[in-house]
Amino acid sequence: MALASPAFVPVQTRSERLASTSVTDFPAVTGLEFEWKFIPLARVKHLTEGALDGSPTAFTYSESAGTAVDWIEPSAPVVGTAGVPEDRAAANAWAAVEKVLHISVTGEDAAELVVRRDRFGSTPRAAHVVIEAAPNSKGVVILEHHGSANLTENVEIVVGDNAQLTVVTVQEWDDEALHLSSHFARVGRDANLRHVIVSLGGSVVRVNPSVHLVSQGASIDSFGLYFADAGQYFEQRPYIDHQAANTRSRVNYKGALQGKGAHTVWVGDVLIGPHADGTDSYEQNRNLVLSEGTRADSIPNLEIETGNIQGAGHASSTGRFDDEQLFYLQSRGISEEEARRLVVRGFLAEIINEIGSPALEERLSAAVEAELVQAEAVRASALVQ
Amino acid sequence: MSVLKIEDLHVSVETEQGTKQILRGVDLTIGEGETHAIMGPNGSGKSTLAYAIAGHPKYQVTGGSVQLDGEEMLDKSVDERARAGLFLAMQYPVEIPGVSVSNFLRTAKTALDGEAPPIRSWIKDLDSSMTALRMDRTFRERNVNEGFSGGEKKRHEILQLELLKPKFAVLDETDSGLDVDALKIVSEGVNRAKETTGLGVLLITHYNRILRYVKPDFVHVFVAGRVAEQGGPELAVRLENEGYDRFLTGANVE
Ligand SMILES: Nc1ncnc2c1ncn2[C@@H]1O[C@H](COP(=O)(O)OP(=O)(O)OP(=O)(O)O)[C@@H](O)[C@H]1O
Ligand SMILES: [Mg+2]
Repeated sequence: MALASPAFVPVQTRSERLASTSVTDFPAVTGLEFEWKFIPLARVKHLTEGALDGSPTAFTYSESAGTAVDWIEPSAPVVGTAGVPEDRAAANAWAAVEKVLHISVTGEDAAELVVRRDRFGSTPRAAHVVIEAAPNSKGVVILEHHGSANLTENVEIVVGDNAQLTVVTVQEWDDEALHLSSHFARVGRDANLRHVIVSLGGSVVRVNPSVHLVSQGASIDSFGLYFADAGQYFEQRPYIDHQAANTRSRVNYKGALQGKGAHTVWVGDVLIGPHADGTDSYEQNRNLVLSEGTRADSIPNLEIETGNIQGAGHASSTGRFDDEQLFYLQSRGISEEEARRLVVRGFLAEIINEIGSPALEERLSAAVEAELVQAEAVRASALVQ
Repeated sequence: MSVLKIEDLHVSVETEQGTKQILRGVDLTIGEGETHAIMGPNGSGKSTLAYAIAGHPKYQVTGGSVQLDGEEMLDKSVDERARAGLFLAMQYPVEIPGVSVSNFLRTAKTALDGEAPPIRSWIKDLDSSMTALRMDRTFRERNVNEGFSGGEKKRHEILQLELLKPKFAVLDETDSGLDVDALKIVSEGVNRAKETTGLGVLLITHYNRILRYVKPDFVHVFVAGRVAEQGGPELAVRLENEGYDRFLTGANVE
């Protein structure tokens, strides 16, 4: 894959960006704003200003030892502790919700919790989720999204001191689904958050995690995997805010694009604040372009406000298949189709293998496999024409 | 008896300066079980010959033929040629991130045989070949060629040669970068393949030392895109001592 050396893009100091729970604090969205610059705004504008149904939407989940799931009031003290909306769609959702879905992990080795959210339907809706990991707890929370959606939401993740939490959000929506999701995480002392975004289905899917490393020794492993087909738009903007000393972040997103109009956006902001001495940070995004007519935007942005860091780096690349890899595989008798599949699967496996849930890893490998078979069929029919 | 027959092969590549002719009429016939060494100066076209036989898309064949048992290989795709029985051990094997050696080998074997190998015998074959090539078991789970040392890459090529059992193999400088022990180990691998499957070998090298282990039946001197002279093993010794000077005078070198 060709390595493009990404331009350093100083947008604005990330910490100075407007943040508010009140939708009227945000001007009406025009599409010129950096946050709204890439998205097909016509498809989602209503979520930034229109009325939203904020009533609780049914979901299903597995009873899992060491975890609890319930609805709480938006006025509960925990709500708003991980972060505050930074865009109009998130603020619109904040005000509209009537109940907040509260997921708590208390066990020192809690069982994996899978929450399946598949009943949103096509009415414009707001949602709010708080995932709270108690100090010293350890657990895996998986949010699975299926069916139709016309949804803007906030997801807060509060990781207590010394806790180890994995949060995976999987978007396998129907083709028409619209989903704008702002994740906010607050990671405590010596705690680790492993955050994984997997977007495979939907029309417009945006998941933007803002991660605040607020105490000494906090760390984040932020992963993303997306596979955009014709007409799909997937966006993710991880923002890592190193506030405290000796914090560590690793950001690794990989995407594949196939088919006319497939569009992905990755904007990776890392802010190393004035008190974040000893920060160790690295972010990368790699995109594999499988056909003509796709677009992958990849923008890393690093701001450093202290001179005393351990390391900070970034990498970004967008490229086609490496012909030498295909030749090598084919020279061993492997057909071109299978060689292409092997290469893409290998490319994405790096992220899947990081998820940390064997069952989910297996299921997602199969889902990626299905995408590949479909992509290959589309490619083959395009060649015939 | 299998035969690989290369006749009047002409090959060019597209460069920024235009089309560049590299092979200018190569003739070579390799019989089953035979070993032919090819030696020649840098840039004379040895790797180009290897790639052209395997079907690398960068190299355009502008004339001639490559036939395996009378069947034209040049009309076939890269994978079809491999399935017909050709193998290329590359001078610079390619890294394939995220694809494990064991997955790669099993996929290749399945593609070549048209069916998955029986699991028990496959594991046994893999184990014994790796042991013979002194490759640690951990290589099975590593990604193809990723982070392999130069010598490890070459052993991995020979591992494939042993497991995939082609009829003819082109070994492009498989001996380069190997220490003496590794050279012996790799040579033994090639000799095992020759003994068990009657493999025919086209061995590209700069050094006589591998030819002490893998005994050539013929030695060809490759200069400016064609075979300039052929002889027996004694020619290799002479080349190593004298260099290629006597071939280069008057040869068409750009
Ligand atoms: N893709 C290419 N683009 C431009 N020139 C090429 C290309 N491939 C080969 N060549 C040129 O063709 C000539 C033959 O190259 P080749 O690699 O076949 O030589 P070789 O005999 O294998 O050399 P060595 O002993 O150094 O491995 C060289 O001059 C090389 O620069
Ligand atoms: Mg060469």
